[in-house]
Amino acid sequence: MAEVALLDVSKSFGAVEAVRGLSLSIADGEFVVLLGPTGAGKTTTLRLIAGLERPDRGDVVIQGRVVTDEVPAERDVAFVFQQYSLYPHLTVYDNLAFPLRSPARRMDETTVRRRVQQVAELLHIEQKLGNRATALSGGEMQRVAIGRALVREPALYLMDEPLSSLDAKLRAELRLELKRIQRELGTTILYVTHDQIEAMTMADRIGVMNEGVLIQLGTPREVYERPSSAYVASRLGTPSINLLPAELLGDDSVPPNVRTVGLRTEHIRISSAGRTGPLARVHWVEHLGDQNHVHLKLDQHSLVTLADPAQELKAGDHVSLEFTEPLYFDQAGNRVGADGLRGHA
Amino acid sequence: MAEIRIETVAKTFGAFAAVKGVNFTVEHGSFLVILGPSGCGKTTTLRMIAGLELPSAGRILLDGEDVTALPASARDIAFVFQLFALYPHMNVRQNIGFPLRCQNYPRAEIRRGVEEAAKLLRIDHLLDRRVGGLSGGDRQRVALGRAIVRRPKAFLMDEPLGALDSEFRRLMCGELRELHDRIDATTVYITHDQLEAMAMADRIVIMNQGRVEQIGTPQEIYDRPNTMFVADFIGAPPMSFLDVHTSLRRGDRRIRIDGVAVEIPEVFEDRSEGKFAIGVRPENVTFADVSPLRGQVIGAEYLGTTQIVTVMTASGQVKARLPSGNAVRVGESVGLALRPDRISLFDAISGQALSSALHDGGYRG
Repeated sequence: MAEVALLDVSKSFGAVEAVRGLSLSIADGEFVVLLGPTGAGKTTTLRLIAGLERPDRGDVVIQGRVVTDEVPAERDVAFVFQQYSLYPHLTVYDNLAFPLRSPARRMDETTVRRRVQQVAELLHIEQKLGNRATALSGGEMQRVAIGRALVREPALYLMDEPLSSLDAKLRAELRLELKRIQRELGTTILYVTHDQIEAMTMADRIGVMNEGVLIQLGTPREVYERPSSAYVASRLGTPSINLLPAELLGDDSVPPNVRTVGLRTEHIRISSAGRTGPLARVHWVEHLGDQNHVHLKLDQHSLVTLADPAQELKAGDHVSLEFTEPLYFDQAGNRVGADGLRGHA
Repeated sequence: MAEIRIETVAKTFGAFAAVKGVNFTVEHGSFLVILGPSGCGKTTTLRMIAGLELPSAGRILLDGEDVTALPASARDIAFVFQLFALYPHMNVRQNIGFPLRCQNYPRAEIRRGVEEAAKLLRIDHLLDRRVGGLSGGDRQRVALGRAIVRRPKAFLMDEPLGALDSEFRRLMCGELRELHDRIDATTVYITHDQLEAMAMADRIVIMNQGRVEQIGTPQEIYDRPNTMFVADFIGAPPMSFLDVHTSLRRGDRRIRIDGVAVEIPEVFEDRSEGKFAIGVRPENVTFADVSPLRGQVIGAEYLGTTQIVTVMTASGQVKARLPSGNAVRVGESVGLALRPDRISLFDAISGQALSSALHDGGYRG
């Protein structure tokens, strides 16, 4: 039985259709990430599930129960917001204990203490339990906010970019932690982000959203390797996929209805000029530390690909390109297979 | 534009030392990024440069002039904050011109200044629009316009892109850097995002607990971290460390990890027996069946083009960045090859990098 389901849900705010005919089901213990740019409808989707918004159409089901008309408190979900909202006059301990002390779920103080202690250790804030919430750094405050959701054991966690205000190192740590905690406790999480690394590394399934529509739902590997459209392809991968007009390849094997060819860095092989294949010029090499991007010019088109650390390239070099297994897209931007048909790739 | 010198500047808040004697120089026309975890003192440092905090010790020189005790308004510096506040009831032109109006510039001069700034930011077509209807990017450009219209000696930016989503942030990075070059500005920029720092900076200052850990070009900092803190802070995932217990002699080109001799850059100092850490970045680790340096795969993170594979060895965890096409099974035993010329060597107690062919410039990146 699906733990959580959205059945053809729509929501408008005035003239803006924030969510359009969204259907999604999340299995018990599954970690689903909604990925999309600002304004895609991700946060509205979370708020609809939490009961903070009411759908114009469609239903929300949690543990087999239609909750569309229930108020948030009845739904047994915990929400972690992007902007942490802690009680500034309380200590970290009391902030964490707060949800457990609510009249709805009275718990004895020994149990409260144990849960708070556990969660504080999990999030590495056990040294700060006595501090005032206002005496914490931004990263610590966000960990307390996550901790406040974790002390409860709801049917579903809804998380709205909970890591986006943290620094890169802490974000990477918490990403792994959150995934580990989710696996160990078997919790069900619906997580919203615009960060593709978070989506790729944490999700069991990724839902790519744009303009209120869920465009593709699948495992990270499916969405990355078999994107349904050029849009989805461009959401994932660093550097992002190169989209070029099909005729540039000058290859007879490209089906006639293909308009755009998608080349990820792993589809491009660079060799010294003179080999067969299109000739390109190295425009510049961008050093980003772990990733060095080579910017190439092919006719008037720009391509970006990862530099092979063993290959010394410099601006002005002429190189031959070889393309292996590119992705094909038709006029409408939908992906088609090597036979020119949709859904056969 | 200006040169900014920070001389042994310190700042304490009550018993808490936020900045503990920091030295660096921002040269004319250069783009300097201060990078560090939250609480490292980077914002306090920037606020002292701006004149929003008074240093407890040390001096700040702007073009050779001691401005340490001058208030912000007397420093001719523009500050751009993370959360840019525009005046919603004014249009773009009035927002950009506001700082000049406050200083009672003649109307014609305000007009000229605003139009120049708008052209530089490529928002001249928006001048008569209300700011309410603008996209996030254009609002950010208006905020920048308000900073550059005064033509200050230097720009200080405190995570100006922090509130934007990642794609857009990347685009704005390019734009900011281009703008900096176009107006020949001197910029000090604060971020905790290392990709931003790598993409924009001429030089990066890494701060930790109120101190400077390292100053260098992005490539230097990445390839030759001075300390284990820097090695660990920069890179996603960060550098892996293998523990070794050994002694070292000048001229050594090998070190034993877990009984296996591994090639390293030539060591330039003699060290008695002690604990050391061998640092290697994920892209410099490959799997090699024949290698006697072995470990067990404990996890793989799929990232699309590449995957990060974590291997547990007897001397510690190593992360390798491999093409995602390589089949890797959790639990299998693998041989590891480390790219010899890119291995860093640290004193595991002090965290300081040892002098070697890599760290003393023998290697040219």
